[in-house]
Amino acid sequence: MGVNRREFLKLAGLSALAGLGANSAWELLAPGSLDAAEQKFGAFEQALTGSRWGMIVDMEKFNDELIRAAIDACHSTHNVPHIEGIKEEVKWIWTEPFQNVFPETEHGYLTEHLEDVPFIVLCNHCFNPPCVRVCPTKATFKRKKDGIVMMDMHRCIGCRYCMAACPFGARSFNFSDPRKHLDMDKVNPDYPTRSKGVVEKCNFCAERLAVGKIPACVEAIGDSGALAFGDVGNAESEVREILRDNYTIRRRAQLGTQPNVYYIIRSRGSHA
Amino acid sequence: MYDKTKIIVGIIIFVALFTFPFLYNSGKATPAPVPELSDVAKAAGKCIESKEYMKSSHMELLNTWRTEVVRNGERVFHASDGKQYNMSLQNTCMECHANKTRFCDQCHNYADVNPYCWDCHLVPKERGLPSTSIGAKIQTLVEEKEYGR
Repeated sequence: MGVNRREFLKLAGLSALAGLGANSAWELLAPGSLDAAEQKFGAFEQALTGSRWGMIVDMEKFNDELIRAAIDACHSTHNVPHIEGIKEEVKWIWTEPFQNVFPETEHGYLTEHLEDVPFIVLCNHCFNPPCVRVCPTKATFKRKKDGIVMMDMHRCIGCRYCMAACPFGARSFNFSDPRKHLDMDKVNPDYPTRSKGVVEKCNFCAERLAVGKIPACVEAIGDSGALAFGDVGNAESEVREILRDNYTIRRRAQLGTQPNVYYIIRSRGSHA
Repeated sequence: MYDKTKIIVGIIIFVALFTFPFLYNSGKATPAPVPELSDVAKAAGKCIESKEYMKSSHMELLNTWRTEVVRNGERVFHASDGKQYNMSLQNTCMECHANKTRFCDQCHNYADVNPYCWDCHLVPKERGLPSTSIGAKIQTLVEEKEYGR
């Protein structure tokens, strides 16, 4: 026998040590040379950054025209198909009556001026998003850097758990090929469509923020002030100032999802 | 050896039958298609990385781009020559390679791969494509079928 047990163990121990130490030794002597082949990525210089994006809806400043403008801007920017019927419709931003938006506060004697008023609603980009918790493929995820609840359409398997989990009905499923419901001559060439069998929702215009633009709906309502977008995580931001100056409520706050869309609802006498 | 003749004849018949399809088709292989560069791509002269790299690894590159853009929010690609590009199939790749049918599809069809990129990502309108070209015809047929136009 060439090697006895003692020698074999010594050899094996030394080899294991060499194997474990080689990588760190390499890193120590020639730092970075092992990753040299890796590609480099970055962000656009003009990108808007924040720690926790949020939106404030000022109901007193909204009117039908502005609502239409906001919805149209969003849906045409993101190639959202218009499908008739509540079952198969696809929506990123839409309207609901007060009792659907704030069901817990509804008591049958609603302030007159809020009756039949369309409330604009969208994904709340919750701080604790239940849709993210239930997604089995991590197709829905919360971006660590700015809190946007995003969707990776490449990963969505269409199980619709997220739709069941979302307490705000902010998610739509593509029951059929959305391109059938889009005017393919008028689609926004800069943004993809979706395919049949995936869930979609508002993405807080992540693709616009990346190139320094504010969300399409906020841009569309102009300087009416009906929508404000900004970094709720930054105490110096404009949105935080609005939150300081106004009484704001959030949808279904008691569920603990910590929505990042705030509503200003004034009583009738307090505004012009 | 018993039944020598039968065995040898059997082997010969077997070999002949087995190799027949190969011999019959030898030299008739469809030549690999040459992807056609659009005028814009020709004018640009070079792709974002070397031709060899793009040829062999464009799918890996696109996969990485997808992850970086969608999941990590990084949208700028620093090419090895230091140039920067917007990581977008629809807006960057297809800006030059605007002739999908004659650039992408030729090889994909030949290799029988069916990337599902185009289920969602929009294909630029192929300008300057003569209406008689097979590519254009297929494109129109596909569109008519899918979108009822």
